[in-house]
Amino acid sequence: MSTRVQLEIFEGPLDLLLHLIKKNEISITDIPIAAITEQYLATLEVMQSLNLDVAGEFLVMAATLVHIKSRMLLPAGDDTTEDDEDGEDPREELIRRLLEYQRFKDAAEQLGQREILARDVFIRSGTPLEEVTVPNLREVSVFELLTALRRVLERLPKDNVHEVTLDKITVREKMTLLLDRLRGSAQVLFESLFSDIKSRMEVVVTFLAMLELVKVRAIRIFQDESGGPIQIEAAAGMDEAPAVLVTADGEEDHGT
Amino acid sequence: MKRPPCWSRRMARKIMEREDVRSIVESLLFVADGPLTLQRIQEVIEGTSKEEIRSVVMELQNELESNRRGVRLVEVAGGFQMRTAKGNADWVKKFLGGRPARMSRATLETLAIIAYRQPITKAEIEAIRGVDVDGVISTLLERELIRAVARKDVPGRPFLYGTTQQFLELFNLKDLTHLPTLKEMEEITLPEIPGEEIPVESTEEC
Repeated sequence: MSTRVQLEIFEGPLDLLLHLIKKNEISITDIPIAAITEQYLATLEVMQSLNLDVAGEFLVMAATLVHIKSRMLLPAGDDTTEDDEDGEDPREELIRRLLEYQRFKDAAEQLGQREILARDVFIRSGTPLEEVTVPNLREVSVFELLTALRRVLERLPKDNVHEVTLDKITVREKMTLLLDRLRGSAQVLFESLFSDIKSRMEVVVTFLAMLELVKVRAIRIFQDESGGPIQIEAAAGMDEAPAVLVTADGEEDHGT
Repeated sequence: MKRPPCWSRRMARKIMEREDVRSIVESLLFVADGPLTLQRIQEVIEGTSKEEIRSVVMELQNELESNRRGVRLVEVAGGFQMRTAKGNADWVKKFLGGRPARMSRATLETLAIIAYRQPITKAEIEAIRGVDVDGVISTLLERELIRAVARKDVPGRPFLYGTTQQFLELFNLKDLTHLPTLKEMEEITLPEIPGEEIPVESTEEC
């Protein structure tokens, strides 16, 4: 079979593999690893020759395929590598991932076919009601936040320039602390979050943690009027969050 | 329990005709900013029962549907909302101008995974898709289609994401139970390995 490769936009290695499987009209559950590996590597070559940025994930999969291929060549039962379970088809893990991914690919396609708002159906684009009935809740601009931050920094005691603080706190830790505090009360003044803080570093860390929480929509920052006091509250729904907190169920967290 | 200030007493006539109720309901649905719940309508139109409101809403819905009206009443995100008829999309788009809303495959796939598996961490999504989803996640957060709902109790305490009300509104879903059903995992058994099923971490669907 010639390896003429038709290039498409692949979402990732799994997507590329599914494409090859479909093109060859074979079953996911019985992949001819040797042939598919060859075509997979050929596609990567084309991608590289076109100077497409071949993401690391594609290369990891290439290695996986070659590894599976080599294991398939070993006689059954003679498999002694430590990561093996007895008699397990070396393709099993890959097949499971492919099937899992295929399910969500199908689900995504179905979602895309629904009556999507602002594509297939539209709603009245009137004045947002908030502006009429809740004038006391405006979003705070980044500029105003930075001004507030500068005020906090200016208020810090000036004579601690040489002070060496040993207690380091990470943005991540601060995020947790902030959330806990905000959940405990309705609204908190921006300034009060910094009232006990003496070091510049901690002010900055707190500020970054706050921005990070806004980014994931865990908290809301608003003010009554332009230039007015800036208030912070936990976003609706975060209150119930502890109930949803999932404990580690033996599965690994992959980090980043 | 209903607060009866005198002005609203005056408003609630002794006998409210069904026609009147229907007319008011239509007005409320017209001005509402988002999907309107039956409960909310009932709170506004005092002296009506939830059943009455429901039947009036259904009547309106049927009327708009059967007369091929340009506006339809759709049950979405836990309430009811007036939306344009799908067949008129091209005309409405032409009128509104602007770019048509496009959803990339990456966006749809990531949304699908979050919708069916929520609450879920970024790493878990990446394990399914086989690629990095940093950029997609920030876009989805920005568009308020997903939000952080909690943190997972594992090292690093990563955020767990879930879908929002806006997600339901975007995809015209009554609630999460109305998501199209995922293909069953049974299809995933390996025929060539007798008596052995592939371990699946979770088959539950939301």
